[in-house]
Amino acid sequence: MMEEKIQTHKNGTPKRVVIDIKNLKKSFGKLEVLKDVNLQVYEGENLVVLGKSGTGKSVLIKCIVGLMDFDDGNISVFEEHIKDMNPEALSNLRRRTGFLFQSGALYDSMNVKQNLEFPLLRSPTKFSQEEIDKKTNEALSHVGLEKAILQMPSQLSGGQRKRISLARTIVTNPEIMLYDEPTTGLDPVTSDEISGLIRDVQRQYKTSSIIITHDINCVRSVADRIVMLKDGIVYKEGDLASFESSDDQEIKSFFK
Amino acid sequence: MSTKSTKLADIFINLHEKIRSALLDVSNVFLFILNIVKQTFSKGFEFKEFFYQCFQIGYKTLPLVSITGMIMGLVLTIQSRPVLVDFGAVTMLPGMVTVSLIREMGPVITALICAGKIGSGIGAELGAMKVTEQIDAMEVSSTNPMRYLVVTRVLATTLMIPILVLYADIMGILGSWAGANIKGDVTIVLFFAQAFASIEFIDFLPAVTKTFFFGAVIGIVGCYKGYYASGGTSSVGVAANSAVVLSSLLVIIVDVIAVQITDMML
Repeated sequence: MMEEKIQTHKNGTPKRVVIDIKNLKKSFGKLEVLKDVNLQVYEGENLVVLGKSGTGKSVLIKCIVGLMDFDDGNISVFEEHIKDMNPEALSNLRRRTGFLFQSGALYDSMNVKQNLEFPLLRSPTKFSQEEIDKKTNEALSHVGLEKAILQMPSQLSGGQRKRISLARTIVTNPEIMLYDEPTTGLDPVTSDEISGLIRDVQRQYKTSSIIITHDINCVRSVADRIVMLKDGIVYKEGDLASFESSDDQEIKSFFK
Repeated sequence: MSTKSTKLADIFINLHEKIRSALLDVSNVFLFILNIVKQTFSKGFEFKEFFYQCFQIGYKTLPLVSITGMIMGLVLTIQSRPVLVDFGAVTMLPGMVTVSLIREMGPVITALICAGKIGSGIGAELGAMKVTEQIDAMEVSSTNPMRYLVVTRVLATTLMIPILVLYADIMGILGSWAGANIKGDVTIVLFFAQAFASIEFIDFLPAVTKTFFFGAVIGIVGCYKGYYASGGTSSVGVAANSAVVLSSLLVIIVDVIAVQITDMML
């Protein structure tokens, strides 16, 4: 098991752990995807999770928001155990969490405005239409797509869909952001723009994030800390410099 | 000998797997229905989405049901008329066609048409939402997808199919009147008077009752197939296709059961 490190602020006080994963296990039939995963996400940091396809990276973040059950171990978010949460508590946690899906997952039957309004309309806090309009316009201007407000998802390019999807997640001011391969399938220029937006979201909304990606440019741009998954466990944990200077062939193959 | 026994063992293993998977499917459907019932009566019913689905399912199916109903009545009349003329019983035509339409043809044919249009639509829509993670996105937005997507659609089909069937019956009688006027001359008032004089409440009640079950079957099967679609985009097609096949089959089975129950009651 890896030794647990505690991050500190500049004044030496320990940083708050927002997500704490201990001895996480998840299997699909006989296939053990996560064997014993231990990791922490600290307040305000961007944690990048690296690993080959099939190492359970997406499974890991789906377990964090309760989209997938896990077999054993524990996940605590804001010091509350996921497994002990009733549906209402889980809903509350999800309201504090933004999830950017690999495909964007925009609702096809709704236009951009309706997509952005959807989480606001379903919030227990009742917003007036004016407040909703203000929030959706702010989120759209943040991703630079104010003009797309009345377009349908089918009229948007891959990069625009990702941006709108990001706007939909930040419209509720989340405290945690989970990004599932945010730059996959995008050209290098759009990938850089998305990476920039991830950094902007972190700065502006003070989010704690997990970013799953294979895109090394994205890693270089957004990572405060990196974790590499291999064979169902955390294979290496460290900052960007420690990964780039590593002699390990497995790691080198990612940072060519 | 050993090859034969290996083949036999393979057959038994396959059979065992198929039975196991079928039983698992049945139990999953049962749990799915229980969940629908639970979510229907839990707090926070999605009225807006329900009315939207009623509009989508009901209003948007009207043109198809109008044409089908009208043709049903027209064809039935054109085919029955010569026989009735031979027996000198052509005055019984409106009554005969109306009873056929209301008791059996209207409900079953309309339900089958709706299984094709609505069942496949729901299966494909939810299947596409599933494989593109839209259902997961909904769940992350603190929205219960069972309540928002499934309950609204199942209730909308359960409520709209009976209305569509009644509408198809009326269109069928209109089609029948048009058919009667091809070789005869009968006013619409007289035709409808003769048609309604021949039907009784007992013709009407079981026919309408079974359409609620047809609607529920179409909604549940479409939603189940779509909601549990897995894999890539091809599973969307599979979900739509199997929703049509299974709901059509179940409509026929429910009809047989309904006919038996009606017969016993009469």
